[in-house]
Amino acid sequence: MLSNSSMRTPLARVRGLGSAKSGTGHFWLQRVTAVANVILTLIFVGVVIALVGRPYASAVALLSNPCVAILMLLFILSACIHMRLGMQVIIEDYIHAEFPKILAVMGNTFFAIAVGAASVYAVLKLSFGG
Amino acid sequence: MAEVKPAARPLSPHLQIYRWSWTMAMSIAHRVTGTGLYLGTILIAAWLVAAASGPAAFETAQAIAGSFLGRLVLFLYSFSLIHHMVGGLRHFVWDLGHGYDPQTRMNMAKFSIAVSAPLTVLIWIVALVLR
Ligand code: HEM
Repeated sequence: MLSNSSMRTPLARVRGLGSAKSGTGHFWLQRVTAVANVILTLIFVGVVIALVGRPYASAVALLSNPCVAILMLLFILSACIHMRLGMQVIIEDYIHAEFPKILAVMGNTFFAIAVGAASVYAVLKLSFGG
Repeated sequence: MAEVKPAARPLSPHLQIYRWSWTMAMSIAHRVTGTGLYLGTILIAAWLVAAASGPAAFETAQAIAGSFLGRLVLFLYSFSLIHHMVGGLRHFVWDLGHGYDPQTRMNMAKFSIAVSAPLTVLIWIVALVLR
């Protein structure tokens, strides 16, 4: 049996959440979205290539194809979660004063949600008939 | 009192005295490209919203994207995306517990730029041929 010689309480050890209070959740979600991003990014690049130089009508037709639209939505979702987590790490690396850090981390969340919401709205509007 | 002996080797990190290495450059590149991709999502969102707003807005967005500056930004964005993606694969190798020895680290760092640069050019060739 492990002896509890550290300052941590048995409850803290069992919960395993550490000083960040969320355990490995942040790290793991960043990896899961990174794996998803590899697949979805390649599809996204393919869609953009297919759209180069297309007139409006055929661009809309492609983006409103259900399969394309669903994959675009997944890309937006995965990328926005991933970039929010990534930028939070960067903020925490460079901004140490508590209040500016909280503001920056909060602003980062707002940014990711705003970009995601605008993109999702646009794809859905195109899909459901402009 | 104990005598303080000067260290025989440079203390790390030492911001004035360092030598650029591939691993260091690629580590920084991953963060820089991640930040670039982050900011660039504004442009992706704007382009999608333009498409959803109707033909006039879409034509404007396409004209901006097709201009010299627009294409330059698109090229940098696509390179950042591919480079960050290939760099991310390196992280997967580390996460699985491999590739920590100096030689492998160095090879993977060189590999990431050796793959991402030609791959980006290839994507552009395909895009320009297809249009
Ligand atoms: C295409 C597939 C992608 C893969 C495989 C990938 C992989 C990764 C990995 C493994 C990390 C963690 C690096 C670390 O722990 O130091 C990371 C960080 C990050 N990623 Fe991605 N990513 C991808 C796409 C994206 C996209 C599309 C964006 C933005 C829209 C993005 C933004 C970021 C940011 C801002 C960070 C933080 C960088 C840092 O901490 O230095 N990534 N990425």
